[in-house]
Amino acid sequence: MIDYLTSRDFLILFAKMMVIFGGVMGALAYTTLVERRLMAFVQMRPGPNRVGPFGLLQPIADGLKFLFKEQTVPGNANVLLYYAAPVLSMIPALLSFSVIPFGPDLKIADINVSLLLIFAITSLGVYGIVLGGWASNSKYPLMGAMRSSAQMLSYELSLTLSVVGVLMITNSLSLTSIVQSQQGTWWFIPKWNIFLQPVAFVVYFLSGIAETNRLPFDLAESEQELVAGWHTEYSGMKFAMFFLAEYANMVTVSALATIMFLGGWNGPSFGPWWMEMALPTVWFVLKITVFLFIYMLVRATIPRIRYDQLMYFGWKVLLPLALANILVTSFLVAVL
Amino acid sequence: MIPLNWYLILGAALFLLGMLGFFLKRNVISLLLSVEIMLNAVNLTFVAFSSRNGQISGQIFVFFVLVVAAAEAAVGLALVIAMFRNRETLNVDRSNLLKW
Amino acid sequence: MIELLFFLFAAVALGSAINVLIQRHVLYSSLSLILLLTAISGLFILMQAEFLAVINVIVYAGAIMVLFVFVIMLLNLPADEDGVDRLRWLKLVGIPMGLFLLLMIARTVWRVEGVSATTDLAGTPQAIGASLFTDYLLPFELTSLLILIALMGAVVFAKKDL
Repeated sequence: MIDYLTSRDFLILFAKMMVIFGGVMGALAYTTLVERRLMAFVQMRPGPNRVGPFGLLQPIADGLKFLFKEQTVPGNANVLLYYAAPVLSMIPALLSFSVIPFGPDLKIADINVSLLLIFAITSLGVYGIVLGGWASNSKYPLMGAMRSSAQMLSYELSLTLSVVGVLMITNSLSLTSIVQSQQGTWWFIPKWNIFLQPVAFVVYFLSGIAETNRLPFDLAESEQELVAGWHTEYSGMKFAMFFLAEYANMVTVSALATIMFLGGWNGPSFGPWWMEMALPTVWFVLKITVFLFIYMLVRATIPRIRYDQLMYFGWKVLLPLALANILVTSFLVAVL
Repeated sequence: MIPLNWYLILGAALFLLGMLGFFLKRNVISLLLSVEIMLNAVNLTFVAFSSRNGQISGQIFVFFVLVVAAAEAAVGLALVIAMFRNRETLNVDRSNLLKW
Repeated sequence: MIELLFFLFAAVALGSAINVLIQRHVLYSSLSLILLLTAISGLFILMQAEFLAVINVIVYAGAIMVLFVFVIMLLNLPADEDGVDRLRWLKLVGIPMGLFLLLMIARTVWRVEGVSATTDLAGTPQAIGASLFTDYLLPFELTSLLILIALMGAVVFAKKDL
């Protein structure tokens, strides 16, 4: 084993892990800044622009603030679960990045059920929220946690069913195969799955927004009703972990949406050799940014929907749509 | 390569732990959890034999065991809720009205 | 290397199974069961049954155990009550006898030699799907009926007034 750890393959793998992990964490920190400035521009105010030019040092200032805050534990709270909940929320959020291909070679692991692995990991993310809400021993977190767990379970169904159409076209569960099957163009239109499965794309993205507890589906942390939902009693670094876990989930959903529907890292390739090596990752990051912008603009414009409307939407609109999509796609795949 | 009997002994140990829990616990939810441990041990044994004999039917059977476990957990928990609503306790020893 | 992984997963599985039984509060037992499920998924991956490993996590640890945790939180159960432990003698005799049974099973199983694999088995989704939808189609359709019945039963049982 020692000779594996010092071999060249492992060092390359380690370098890839550092690049992906560092890139993702830096991107998460700056996504918070972009979100705040974007929402501020929509609401006709400047947003954070004091700390550093254009507010670029704001995430660092936030990180320092989170580090130095006082650690409080609510009375009669379940201390073990209270401290474990942010960790349980963060681990699945970051683990999904181990199988997402950022480029033709820039991926940590390539297994042949990687799509299912990401769904398994996101379904484990419910526990951080549920346990965090319950362990705080206070009514707002408990209500937020109950609502959130029911919502996440319901929308997981339409999330997983909406990608079955893509799987029928691609015949593989591996994310790298899905990306590779979207290479090439039909005349001038790229061969992306969004043109073959538009309904599945809409269902997937809406379920993704509901899975990550973002507006308009964020009853679990609605600021007007419950003080801050399940992370009311959390402050300091524990809150930062919940916060980062939420943004990491957003990035995971966006990454999966680009891989399955927008062609992943496929894109026109030009320039000298070093540019050709970096260009697929650039296309991938650009497409993820498009989805993140959609997330933030939706948050800034659309009001929150009520809980019974949310359940109605998940079970009676999205689920039948996903099933109908499977039916139509299987028929077309068998016939054509 | 891990020999087959290691998996079988592990499966037997887990099954026995589940069985001990089923006989010795009084809380209804603990009983359901012990049943889940037993089902998991059985799953492990099925997959061990399937990988050793080179047939896929072991894994197919695990599929069906998983489905049955899900159905049984759902109905069992609904029963637990109904029981708790009537009696305020989840001790199985208190539900002994049908005993002579 | 692979033996190390096996021992790690087996130790986690046995430890969490024992933890399920010793904990007094049912919530900690359910969380230990989730740990057991992930350890068993790890063992499935070691046996090249990767599809089943992931399905185990999605269905069992991600849905059924959430149901358990939800019910425990909904009912707001306290830790198990103290008092006369009526089963004290049963536990005192039962646990050693259970270990003795395990010893007997282990002694018999130790000499098992499974039939060596003729084809290289991989638990890929393609292999499972090919068998599930041709040889085992009828049980597959029947399980969907079973789930429908369980769904109706659960809804009826949990209603306050029919």
